[in-house]
Amino acid sequence: MEKKLKLEVITPYGELINEEVDEVHTTGAEGDFGVFPGHCAFMTALRIGSLSYKKDGQTQYVFINRGYCEVLNDRVLVLVGSAERVEEIDVERAKAALARAEERLRRAAAGEVDIDHARAQAALERATIRIQLATKLIPR
Amino acid sequence: MPTLRDIRKKIKAIQGTKKITSAMKMVAAAKLRKVQDSMLRYRPYATKMQQVLADLAGAVETRGDLPAILLRRPVKTVGILVITSDKGLCGAFNTNILRAAHREINRLKGEGLNIVLSVVGRKARDYFKRRDFALKDIWTGISGKLQYTHAQMIAQEMINAYVSEAVDEVIIIFNEFKSVIAQRVVINRLLPIGRIDSTPAEQPAFIPFTYEPRAPELFVILLPIYIEIQVYRALLESQAAEEAARMTAMDNATKNCEELIRKTTLIANKVRQASITKELMDIVGGVEALKQSE
Repeated sequence: MEKKLKLEVITPYGELINEEVDEVHTTGAEGDFGVFPGHCAFMTALRIGSLSYKKDGQTQYVFINRGYCEVLNDRVLVLVGSAERVEEIDVERAKAALARAEERLRRAAAGEVDIDHARAQAALERATIRIQLATKLIPR
Repeated sequence: MPTLRDIRKKIKAIQGTKKITSAMKMVAAAKLRKVQDSMLRYRPYATKMQQVLADLAGAVETRGDLPAILLRRPVKTVGILVITSDKGLCGAFNTNILRAAHREINRLKGEGLNIVLSVVGRKARDYFKRRDFALKDIWTGISGKLQYTHAQMIAQEMINAYVSEAVDEVIIIFNEFKSVIAQRVVINRLLPIGRIDSTPAEQPAFIPFTYEPRAPELFVILLPIYIEIQVYRALLESQAAEEAARMTAMDNATKNCEELIRKTTLIANKVRQASITKELMDIVGGVEALKQSE
């Protein structure tokens, strides 16, 4: 039997994924990476992005927030602030969030001081990636 | 002397109140269950993350250079984060926390330290505004729809204040959920982190991890999450404690209503009997009078 990876995705709201999979791809802080069975021990931070995994020839996509990823003995542990399967993404909400973030960034650029630029930027990123994922455009 | 009708009206009113308080108790119980469920689902994330950070801290510590939020410095200004609820009707929940916070502030001020106060919850905001405290950050509307992002937001503010040296220490004051009938006020230091606790379950065997970025930098990226975890836990605890306190308060209120209904019913019966006795006396007296006139 072929070797498998054990993928665990854990968020503050509980365990989202706990499955045996064939391969995992995700967005690391220093660049995207893929994991196959037999990968070396590896630790990295994750940026806002996506995680995809292949199981029985089917690829599943998941939106992930910032977090942490560890690969050890064919076990992929992902700890993120939030994660959603593509099917669960609320596109309308993401679009609203996108509009809000854009508005805030515009106002910040116009010189309003009490706007948290970094937070608006992060919100923009989250919304953009959610929309891209939900509409099946996988961000590179 | 109230008439029988007045007393009956009063009983009706108390019965109405009792219905409301017992319904509120039920709602609080349902909410408490929900929060306890979130706490349970949160635990794996918190413990795993804590373990990861403790391991990383071990790996980094041996090399020296520690990130800013781990380091202690002489304390001149203390940031205080007080967590209360938005809504009342939960017994001494808010009073306890606010009294403890106020005492802590006075103590620190007595030591000649400056205070920067941030609050979560309408009750804390109102309390400190009334007493003319300057509030740095105010978060309201969290309880009831708590999200992890709230914790991220608050943690980020606290870290910013610490890293920019606006404050030299951050403490967090919140109600811990001990049991349904007991809450405990907790005063914890949030920043600087100092030492990361870990469960000394297994001896950390040396694993040749590939770090990306290098371990110290990775540690710096992940450290804020440690604060987020603590803030989120505090928010969850506080929320559970709030609903538990409300449940107990409403339970007591319901019991008091029952007691009041019992007492008032007793009075009503006495009044009714008194009036019957009076009428009887009148009739008896009347009959006597008629007999004599015959």
